[in-house]
Amino acid sequence: MNDNNDDSFNEGTYKIIGQPIDRTDGRLKVTGAARYAAEFTLPRLCHAVLVQSTVPSARITRLDTRDAERSPGVLLVLTHLNAPALPQRGRAAVNPPAGRVMSLLQDDVVNYNGQPIAVVVADTFERATAAASRIQAMYTPQTSTLDFASAKRAPHAPATQGRAPSETSWGDFAAGVAAGEVKIDAVYTTPMEHHNPMEPHATVASWDGDQLLLYDSTQYVSGVRSTVAKTLGIPLDKVRVVSPFVGGGFGCKGSTWSHVVLAAMASRKLQRPVKLVLARPQMFGPVGGRPQTEQHIVLAARRDGTLTAMRHDVISHTSQIEDFTEPSSAPTRMLYACPNGATSQRLASLNVGTPTFQRAPGLSTGTFALEVAMDELAYALAIDPLELRLRNYADAEPQSGKPFTSKYLRDCYRDAATRFGWARRNPAPRSMQSGRYLIGWGLGTATFPAHSQPAAALATMLPDGSALVQSGTQDLGTGAYTVMTQIAAEALGLPLEKVRFELGDTSLPPAPVSGGSMTSASVGPAVLSACNALRQKVIMQAIRDERSPVKGLTPAQVTIDNGVLMSTVDPQRREELAAFLGRRGSPLVASGDAAPDAEEEKRYAAHSFGAVFAEVRIDQELGEIRVPRIVATYDVGRRLNAKTAMSQLRGGIVWGVSLALFEHSVLDRQTGRIVNSNLAEYHVPVNADIGRLEVAFIDEPDNRFTALGARGIGEIGITGVGGALCNAVYHATGRRIRDLPITLDQVV
Amino acid sequence: MQAFDYVRARSIDEAVLNLREPSTRCLAGGTNLLDLMKGDIETPVRIVDINRLPLNEIVPTADGGLRIGALVRNSDLANHRYVRERYPLLSRALLAGASPQLRNMATVGGNLLQRTRCYYFYDTAYAACNKRRPGSGCAAREGYNRIHAIFGASPQCVATNPSDMSVALLALDAFVDVRSARGSRRIPLTDFHRLPGSTPERDTNLDRDELIVGVILPPSRFGGRVDYLKVRDRASYAFALVSVATGLRVVDGRVADARVTLGGVAHKPWRAEAAERALIGRPLNNETIAAASDAAVVGAIPLRDNAFKVDLARRTVARSLRNAGAVA
Repeated sequence: MNDNNDDSFNEGTYKIIGQPIDRTDGRLKVTGAARYAAEFTLPRLCHAVLVQSTVPSARITRLDTRDAERSPGVLLVLTHLNAPALPQRGRAAVNPPAGRVMSLLQDDVVNYNGQPIAVVVADTFERATAAASRIQAMYTPQTSTLDFASAKRAPHAPATQGRAPSETSWGDFAAGVAAGEVKIDAVYTTPMEHHNPMEPHATVASWDGDQLLLYDSTQYVSGVRSTVAKTLGIPLDKVRVVSPFVGGGFGCKGSTWSHVVLAAMASRKLQRPVKLVLARPQMFGPVGGRPQTEQHIVLAARRDGTLTAMRHDVISHTSQIEDFTEPSSAPTRMLYACPNGATSQRLASLNVGTPTFQRAPGLSTGTFALEVAMDELAYALAIDPLELRLRNYADAEPQSGKPFTSKYLRDCYRDAATRFGWARRNPAPRSMQSGRYLIGWGLGTATFPAHSQPAAALATMLPDGSALVQSGTQDLGTGAYTVMTQIAAEALGLPLEKVRFELGDTSLPPAPVSGGSMTSASVGPAVLSACNALRQKVIMQAIRDERSPVKGLTPAQVTIDNGVLMSTVDPQRREELAAFLGRRGSPLVASGDAAPDAEEEKRYAAHSFGAVFAEVRIDQELGEIRVPRIVATYDVGRRLNAKTAMSQLRGGIVWGVSLALFEHSVLDRQTGRIVNSNLAEYHVPVNADIGRLEVAFIDEPDNRFTALGARGIGEIGITGVGGALCNAVYHATGRRIRDLPITLDQVV
Repeated sequence: MQAFDYVRARSIDEAVLNLREPSTRCLAGGTNLLDLMKGDIETPVRIVDINRLPLNEIVPTADGGLRIGALVRNSDLANHRYVRERYPLLSRALLAGASPQLRNMATVGGNLLQRTRCYYFYDTAYAACNKRRPGSGCAAREGYNRIHAIFGASPQCVATNPSDMSVALLALDAFVDVRSARGSRRIPLTDFHRLPGSTPERDTNLDRDELIVGVILPPSRFGGRVDYLKVRDRASYAFALVSVATGLRVVDGRVADARVTLGGVAHKPWRAEAAERALIGRPLNNETIAAASDAAVVGAIPLRDNAFKVDLARRTVARSLRNAGAVA
């Protein structure tokens, strides 16, 4: 995206973009006025509860629904025996990321424990819940695979391939290994995890004749619309999806899962609006999670630290019904200047729910493995871990050879190292003790690719001098409402409070999935384009208006600043925008769109970077691991809002701590159920687990990537942290732990 | 959750009369019972709300002890001045438990009655749970049992008692004051919770028709030589992997009296009597502490995933003894 042809909008002189503006929707949220999907109440609304399988692999031989059907208030029990047949048995819309293989009661086959096998609808939620517990399922068990260790012995290459190939190589790996004087060859593992946003998945489905309205908690309203339409076999324009607020998504709400379509099916059958909200334990299985990974890394280097070969072979788990790849080898493909390398992605199928995108897919788990391997190499070479990274600094993407749109990772390392005090580190393990505590300092590199996709927006200037700007994007709590409002206000020359931004509705101009850290870089330029067009339109109208003080000036001689139309030549010729528009009486509308520049994409590689330095404090006797501080510096291009950007990075780092030390969905060996499927036993950090987070930015706009100079910031925060913490644990204890999460029993 | 009848008891007599009815449970803070009901683990036909009963006083007793009403909230008890001064062990144990929100709701009686911790007990999709369905088996024995018992388990059940408060009460030789339509009795804390044996469906010796009205603390023998140490997977809002309550009385440089109790390791708060014996009569030094902490874990039988808890328990006892005795 390099659509910088509008001279009225001078890059670098922003007044509103970049400012630490409070969230424009903050008040609505803290007062409870923001309406989330499950809060949309419609006349005659009834309540659905999902019934799930309790076995990992089976045919359903009998489903006794009589008790449930006789329960008070029950309106419908939908099972594979009475569910309407869907086109292609419910698989008409499999098109990741939006459309996934769903469980839509089309047959008696159970592929994983927790698979939806029925939907119970009643007049109240409580009655539906009670009735749901009365359904008795009888199964004929089938063979199941639940053990990753045995499944990985016969892995397969992914059937579906996203943007990145499952196998890559550059240079000559074998020759590179032979040229190396020191080698690291180690296996790293990360566990299965589940997203668990505060707001669980929720859908309200309502039919008006053949028109379906869905209030859904989603990262992709357009994706839900197309998936539901195709799955049900109805035209796209018969489905509208509304999602004004989302209480966290992190990837699990990027796809349309079974419950959304099941709510629509139940609602159609009952001819009543149906609400279906997943219970917390239902977040562990039928709506994705981060797959388990096993990552084999080989590094070879000369004595001076120069990398001569890198290899990163990843096996991650997927389900029996669909291939999903956790691309953990991604950082090895782009992070270090190494002339010879090879990577591969393989899958091991288990009888579990299909995994999915979870914050920084691949890069979160992959930077853990790669950055720990680099630390091991640094120790093997007796070179400082930071120095080793600088000696292998990549000025171009090693695998593709493409230069970067912009890269300030070296500055990140230096800034964070200085603030952290890295120079004072004694590299010897167990050398930095404090009383009964072992202190460890570790480093990890953060990185995430910059993406953008086509998006569109609509901008309307209203007669009262305020603007309404719209795009069918989503705000998952990231700050999209606020950032888009800032961009619009900046471009239109309006004060912030005169701009209202609307999103989360398929009746608005389309926007891509709010995933892959690409909302700002995709929707931002579209909003900018629409608002620039609108501003020009307003100015064109004003200079033709008899009563306007700017009448007769050329467009270039007129500007709008803080809601005032004025001449750039003679500032005395000015008028409140509202006065001009009020006189005019009718709104002015402009649309805009933006798309990535394919040529630039071919020429350049676009990534964000960061350096993460972590300190751990470990009780020698009891093994408890604490994280007193993390210091990190990021190069993410221009920050569109300093405050929400800081929140994204801090939140990401917190999740990095969680990845390193806490999260682990434990699969029961016998049944394939997630054993700890609640927030008391599935641990994420509490406030007391997080010490000081000192985050800084290299504020260098990446204008080669977007006109706004911004790359995404939603995901990079979680990356690098796992490696930094694991390396710090090694430095503290002398124990090299290669399996996450690191818990106290591994370090005593 | 299944439908149930709700009655609000206006007096203790009315509450205990209600408890004579089958399938009736008392509702106090509800922090455990409601979770159990939502998971269909408990399916009472009737709930007796006892929150309006006059059981929320903390009153000193004539002999210098303390009487704590069953409905006193955990937060109020932990922060009560008298408790903080005379029974700091109890205060610390309470504050190590759960989260502030839960402590604000949870009561003393409810804390004593919280059900044991076990993934498999809490998920009715597992058919095998002797606690939920006597005779059905134990999914935890062959399942994932990192959090399970290392002491006193039976072939039928390996679950652990999750309470922090009860571990301190055991160290303080507390009594549970109970009432029923049949009369009153006092149950020593040590006899209140049960080992699973062949009847793991029963967590306590409280009869179905009995109501906890309070907890009685004898005068504290330990003064400030106490410690509550909880080791867990995260800094707060996590159950104990191992917790240790220690109370010591040292006279003329020798341990005159000691209590060492453990949480998170057994179906009930676990008293390490062998550790106490290894302390009494000896000078409180590192040698004694090492012997006592070794003694504390004699007889531990770990499961597949919780072997680390044996050594962790030993280390935690040692640390707690050093903390309580101010031994460097």
